[in-house]
Amino acid sequence: MLDTELRMMVDEVKDGRMDRRAFIQRMIGFGLTAPMATQLLAIGGVAMAQSPSPYKPTKRGGGGPLKLLWWQGPTLLNPHFATGTKDQDGSRLFYEPLASWDLDGNLNPILAAEIPSIQNGGLAADGKSVIWKLKPGVKWHDGKPFTADDVVFTCDYANDLATAAVSIAVYRDLKVEKVDDHTVRVLFNSPTPFWASAFVGAYGCIIPQHLLADYKGAKSREAATNLAPVGTGAYKFVEFKPGDLVRGEINPDYHMPNRPYFDTIEMKGGGDAVSAARAVIQTGEYDYAWNMQVEDEVLLRLEKGGKGKTVYATGGDIEFIALNNTDPNTEVDGERSSMKTTHPLLSDPAVRKALALLVDREAIQKVIYGRAGRVTANYLNGPGQFVSKNTSWEFSVEKAIKLLDDAGWKPGADGIRAKDGKKLKLLYQTSINAPRQKTQAIVKQACQRAGIELELKSVVASVFFSSDVANPDTYAKFYSDLEEFQIPMTQPDPALHMKRYVSENVATKANKWQGQNFPRWANKDYDKVVEAAETETDPVKRAGLYIKANDLLWEHTVFVPVLHRLKVGASSNTLKPVISGWANDTDNIQDWYQERET
Amino acid sequence: MRQYILRRLLIAVPSLLGISLVLFTVLALAPGDPFSELATNPNVPPEVGLALRAKFGLDDPIYLRYLHWLLAMAQGDWGFSFVSRMNVDTLILQRLPTTLYVIGSAQLLALLVAIPVGVYAATKPYSMFDQIANTLAFIGFSLPTFFTGILFILIFSITLDWLPFVYTTDIKATGVHWFIEALRQAIMPVMVLGLFQAASMTRFVRSAMLDVIRLDYVTTARAKGLGQARVIVRHVMRNAMIPVVTLIALQLPAVFGGAIVTEQIFRIPGIGSLLISSILSNDTPVVMAVTFVFACLVVLFNLVADVLYGWLDPRISLR
Repeated sequence: MLDTELRMMVDEVKDGRMDRRAFIQRMIGFGLTAPMATQLLAIGGVAMAQSPSPYKPTKRGGGGPLKLLWWQGPTLLNPHFATGTKDQDGSRLFYEPLASWDLDGNLNPILAAEIPSIQNGGLAADGKSVIWKLKPGVKWHDGKPFTADDVVFTCDYANDLATAAVSIAVYRDLKVEKVDDHTVRVLFNSPTPFWASAFVGAYGCIIPQHLLADYKGAKSREAATNLAPVGTGAYKFVEFKPGDLVRGEINPDYHMPNRPYFDTIEMKGGGDAVSAARAVIQTGEYDYAWNMQVEDEVLLRLEKGGKGKTVYATGGDIEFIALNNTDPNTEVDGERSSMKTTHPLLSDPAVRKALALLVDREAIQKVIYGRAGRVTANYLNGPGQFVSKNTSWEFSVEKAIKLLDDAGWKPGADGIRAKDGKKLKLLYQTSINAPRQKTQAIVKQACQRAGIELELKSVVASVFFSSDVANPDTYAKFYSDLEEFQIPMTQPDPALHMKRYVSENVATKANKWQGQNFPRWANKDYDKVVEAAETETDPVKRAGLYIKANDLLWEHTVFVPVLHRLKVGASSNTLKPVISGWANDTDNIQDWYQERET
Repeated sequence: MRQYILRRLLIAVPSLLGISLVLFTVLALAPGDPFSELATNPNVPPEVGLALRAKFGLDDPIYLRYLHWLLAMAQGDWGFSFVSRMNVDTLILQRLPTTLYVIGSAQLLALLVAIPVGVYAATKPYSMFDQIANTLAFIGFSLPTFFTGILFILIFSITLDWLPFVYTTDIKATGVHWFIEALRQAIMPVMVLGLFQAASMTRFVRSAMLDVIRLDYVTTARAKGLGQARVIVRHVMRNAMIPVVTLIALQLPAVFGGAIVTEQIFRIPGIGSLLISSILSNDTPVVMAVTFVFACLVVLFNLVADVLYGWLDPRISLR
């Protein structure tokens, strides 16, 4: 059995349908070591993996145009105002951070001369400061030199509440000092083990002081630079039409050798994901398209004999079903799902455990998400060192039935279980999105077999995810028993991801439902573990604490994880995009190139 | 006449005010807010969303927001887009040329097809040509543009690989090549929209012609010994075109409004796609500006149609 399956997998890697690392990980699952798995691939005829981002071109330019298709076009080009991924992606074409995230979630120096470490003296032992050395000789697109002043200014700019920068959270709790023209020191208020959120990735883009100094604070929206960016990036700004087109040309003074490869770059917006996939994979009109929220079946069909393929990047995005801890049907002081209530049905751990047993993750992965998802028992799925191995999941209607029987939930005449006059009827809501509606149907079916009745509800995404205080249908209000959606992990560190669920973050009427703990989970152990992890500077102990936090979520079934979702893009067969699951698609745009057929 | 126009313009003011009030209220009552994307991002603290709402005046009561908007509009300030953080008028003006080009060409195509076909079909009612034209017209206006659009893409772009299906405003060519590319990429959307329009217009032209062609003065003209072509063009068409001209005048605002569905399918950066993306991201100032300008155009072209009608047909007097 292993033999045929193995052969199939090697074939999948060969024609790019499975990535190397996924293969190796599976092999490790079978008990092989990583080097052995690599050997298997080599025998199977797949080229050996190279060091991250093997950049081949030996001269700058000459690559012609790079045509990107974003089915939602960027609407603004200031990285510190960039609300959506699309805006961050567009801004990143021109602006650069000190470092980007590479494929494996490691730091890759961009404007920094080197990555700070304990060895090079960049990191303080107490975790309270970081010294960044900047690359000398870097110029802004208008010819002015890039210095430490720009880095300090970026922090001040984002920190000014009147600027209304969306990156404020990153810079709020730190101070930046200029040491000399090409060195800055970042000072944290408390020991900060994950020091790389400032000046890294989308919100880390450095903006030019000489152009924006007059537009800090309330005047921020008047700056001409917001619409005509001047950065340090591989491409210089040419034209911007919000929602439609961003255009750039090669930066001949770019600070990295032989980069960039392309002479011009354009990012076209609009349309929908399926036709974007067509334009890349089938007709080859575009080189790369982002965020392929298309069913795998459709993608597989397009890929047959097409001019392109899908590419995958693994991050930590998690699709889950959250279980409400409070009662959504009782109003206390004008607030449903109030912390003063407990859920009449879900407060029974047996019901929670039964629900976890009734979500057929494997079917959902196979039928709906295909290559874009992996089954998981964990809420926290990356980076590797933070992933718990103590958890497990299974799909078993029989076990769920037994669990409910034992807990005293007896089926009534209509087949629905009840206990103490309370019927097992639950409302399950999610946003309108075809795969989610299919997931709802799969779960509902299994629950029916176990005697739980699910009522399904779907809400338009723009309402479901809105922060509109007046609307009862937002995910934050959680006026239902179960709800499903995805939370992206925006950086290769679990700190923000896990902090959401400490008790002080509960979404309530008092904080206008802005608290991020929407399952309204309050657990003292969890609070303690997360608090300890935040200031723990020993990486091993810290990873242990986050694993413990994940296990607590699992033990109490705060969530039923549905899938660990991968980032999916569509790329032409010749393009070599560098996509990290831990950052924006364009976070390593300087390293993209095309492999000419020889 | 002048008095009539002036009176109509004065009547337009309260109706436009009414329209704007309704638009604004509906938008204000609609769920969602422009900063929803911030909500699921753990990097963004809730205070930022609140600060942005306060900064853009979203927390003020509806009537105050309406008054602010009205005052600004009266001074020619169209507002400021929440999402793009730029002035709404620049955003709209950027999109207008594309819309005018594509939708304008489609309307022109519709006329070029509808008038000859409609006229010829009317001269020989129930002939083979008439039957075929009728059948095609029925098919044409019963097929929605989102269907024909995708069908065209499947046939001409994917199967035959003749035409691009992503419309770009930035063609990398000069001179003749630029022109050819600009034409090539507009063929499909213009066909889809133009033929859809042409279908219903053909029916309209045909019935307008049939109304006139049976009148006594036409028989008289024929009895005088005038040739068929001269009778049709000089005597019948002139009168039959009066309602057609009105219809065209009433359709002209659509040229500025864009075509939401077709623009979305072919990724044409026109007013229609701006409207739909603004609605989806709850960018109220842009939605307000686009719909309001559209309302103004409809009112204006209604007036133009009425004036034209009176000018074309002196029997109608405008008072």
